[in-house]
Amino acid sequence: MTKALEILANREYKYGFVTQIETETIPKGLNEETIKLISKKKDEPEWMLEFRLKAYRQWLKMKEPRWGNFEYPKIDFQDITYYAAPKKKPKKNSLEEVDPELLRTFEKLGIPLSEQKMLANVAVDAVFDSVSVATTFKEKLKKIGVIFMPISEAIREYPDLVREYLGSVVPINDNFYAALNSAVFSDGSFVYVPKGVRCPMELSTYFRINTQESGQFERTLIIAEEGAYVAYNEGCTAPQFDTNQLHAAVVELIALDNAEIKYSTVQNWYAGDENGVGGIYNFVTKRGACRGKNSKISWTQVETGSAITWKYPSVILQGDNSIGEFYSVALTNNKQVADTGTKMIHIGKNTRSTIVSKGIAAGYSNNSYRGLVKILPKAENARNYTQCDSMLIGDKCRANTFPYIEVMNNTAKVEHEATTSRISEEQLFYLQQRGIKQEDAVSLIINGFCKEVFRELPMEYAVEAQKLLGLKLEGSVG
Amino acid sequence: MITQVKKQNLYEELFQKSFSQSTQPAWLKDLRLKAFEYFSQNGFPTPEDEEWKYTNTAPITREQFSLSVEKKPSTQLENLIYKETQRSYLVFFNGQFIRELSNLEAASNIEIFSFSEALKTNNEILEEKLTKQVQYQRNGFTALNTAFIENGLFLHIPENQKVSVPIQILFVSTENVIATPRILILVAKGAEATLIESYLRSEQARYFTNAVIEISLEDRATLKHHRIQRESHNAFHITTTDVEIGEESIYDSTNITLGAKWSRHEISAKFTKEKAEVFVDGLYLTSGEQFADTHSVIDHLHPNCKSRQNYKGIVDGKSRVVFNGKIFVREGAKGTDAHQSNKNLLLSSNARIDTKPQLEIFNDDVQCSHGATVGQLEEEEIFYLMSRGLPASLAKNLLTYGFAEEIINKIELESVKATLDEALLNRLSVRL
Repeated sequence: MTKALEILANREYKYGFVTQIETETIPKGLNEETIKLISKKKDEPEWMLEFRLKAYRQWLKMKEPRWGNFEYPKIDFQDITYYAAPKKKPKKNSLEEVDPELLRTFEKLGIPLSEQKMLANVAVDAVFDSVSVATTFKEKLKKIGVIFMPISEAIREYPDLVREYLGSVVPINDNFYAALNSAVFSDGSFVYVPKGVRCPMELSTYFRINTQESGQFERTLIIAEEGAYVAYNEGCTAPQFDTNQLHAAVVELIALDNAEIKYSTVQNWYAGDENGVGGIYNFVTKRGACRGKNSKISWTQVETGSAITWKYPSVILQGDNSIGEFYSVALTNNKQVADTGTKMIHIGKNTRSTIVSKGIAAGYSNNSYRGLVKILPKAENARNYTQCDSMLIGDKCRANTFPYIEVMNNTAKVEHEATTSRISEEQLFYLQQRGIKQEDAVSLIINGFCKEVFRELPMEYAVEAQKLLGLKLEGSVG
Repeated sequence: MITQVKKQNLYEELFQKSFSQSTQPAWLKDLRLKAFEYFSQNGFPTPEDEEWKYTNTAPITREQFSLSVEKKPSTQLENLIYKETQRSYLVFFNGQFIRELSNLEAASNIEIFSFSEALKTNNEILEEKLTKQVQYQRNGFTALNTAFIENGLFLHIPENQKVSVPIQILFVSTENVIATPRILILVAKGAEATLIESYLRSEQARYFTNAVIEISLEDRATLKHHRIQRESHNAFHITTTDVEIGEESIYDSTNITLGAKWSRHEISAKFTKEKAEVFVDGLYLTSGEQFADTHSVIDHLHPNCKSRQNYKGIVDGKSRVVFNGKIFVREGAKGTDAHQSNKNLLLSSNARIDTKPQLEIFNDDVQCSHGATVGQLEEEEIFYLMSRGLPASLAKNLLTYGFAEEIINKIELESVKATLDEALLNRLSVRL
């Protein structure tokens, strides 16, 4: 396990290999024909194609957003491959049936499926370049009624469920990239936890972008019925390419009465080289709806990769007494950009939200927190606490805070606090004179700075994340 | 669209009227013309502009205004002059500086010039500042102000002069007028002064004040600047204040917003050298259907400067408040110490607050923080006072009063403080 972590955490991106699996791609470019082709290849029902086409037509009317606190080159949307799937489409019940080359890839990534099944009790729905190839623990989950499968399968097997909820939290015309995703999404996860069921294991998907120049458009939909509970973990890695790769995922969470969803992300995609060449554009729409009374949605994210990370996992607090949480660590180095934060929309009575955001900027990077707390007129006794701290390492990086606070109810209590600081000489000196190496001291201080977020992560993730930060910052201080 | 065109035609007529009578030098005429062109093309900003996201300018766009025809106010100004400034006040009437109405007996060590005088004696300074400090392209309001530059005021505190009395600048306007006062203030090396910029109500008049105040502090200068905005409750008001601060200088401002139906104050302070300090504090008290907006920007361009922003608000009735405070710390501004706080009491269920405190930091050797709260009085504090025998309503009023007093107390002039206290207490007694 430790060795795997070392690899995962390595600052010099070590996953720059392309797995030699035959990949089926369609020609570059986007038009209604492409969408029909994607839909056909995935054997989708008519309503799904309609959904995609409607989204596409909306997308055509929309303008690429440019309000982020950063610049990026114009994306040629006709120069993207919108569908890539391994040609051999395996449907397998055991690991033995899986392509050995693919298994070796996971091995290199430190995600040995075989080991994890036993060690971590995690059901892994591994999305390999948009198509799921191995699903474990499916049977066990099925027994208690939890549906955990690729969304493309769910569209065929549970069309009514998908149709009811898909696009209900992130409407197809929500924003430019969400519309694009709705039109062309390749695959992703679908989770349905029935009434009163507490999902016995943490669900996990490892995404991996593989085919060169293929945009990745993941779509995730998680539904927790009355009184249900589910924790979902998402982790990402990507191979090293010189062309920018666009990733525009959409994640929708729905929590009904007394339900709880906990969504954790560790993101370590290729960030580009020291000059910012290459690297992933991570433009993601993540939103949860606390539809029911006493429901709860919690986002935890550790964002360390990507050339540009641009996302605001949000919670719409509709149900009375519902709770929204957002815990985030965003680390940027070299020429990376992160413009991330959250939106907490308070609609119901006695709704509460907590935002804890830690931004660490090193090198020439640009790290922004941008968040919205909105208290609507009917949200009696709403409560929000926001804390966003930034740490700067070096004098060439930038840390920004853009909180938007809109209050329309006088029983609301909203607090926002933000600080900016650096690792002080004294702190370093103190640790070093106790015999701790400088690099370890930095790592220790950073981990202390991020503690409030890390403790929200599942244990294995927390360990991984701590290592990741330390190594990402190697050589940045001193 | 049709109304938009109509409005611009209206300003067009006013502009031509004002411009055709001008005997100003070519550079100023050119500037005014360009500014008006800019306004004609762009109009007032819209919420699509991030800086105007929460600020709707439509109420102004809908209104029609005219230029002043009277040269002197019909009412007496005496009761609008503070006790401390009886012999040191300057008067703007309908946006124009009127020397005959002003009195500087007690502050003979400062120099004042109307723009028509300054264009003869200090033409270069005027050109430099009017074209470069607050540029007309900033937005439709600064463009409109620039287009209508006539008789502004150039206030010069000469080197090492310590002005012992506070100077009041009084602004009064009459019904239907668009007033575009423009002021340049230059505090020379080692000079010290206290300024009270006061917009005082003229009953229920409906008018539009669009002021631009440009302030420069040279090295080791100190300016205390109190701004009291108590326009009529039918008035529209916007002031753009721009401050440049030299080495080891101190700019300390307190901004009180009580009046106007629709108001906005944009204040930006920029350090031009090292080791200077800026304090920008404010209090806004709104009720009824008032709209009050504050945009403050502190720009740390140089090392070892310190800034503090402390804004408080009491928001009642159906009023709406917008606050946007920014701190920039530029590359190379080492040793920056910058803090900002915005606290709001939301007293009514129909009131609304949109606050947006911002930090943009390009340097690691800094100490920066900001905080913003929106809420009510602390239950525990009310309970504490009630346990001492105070009725709930009185306890609440006392705490609200205390909340606001922190800012009012910064104004060291007794009569100014007294009038503000009175306004605050009046506001509270309504709630008893």
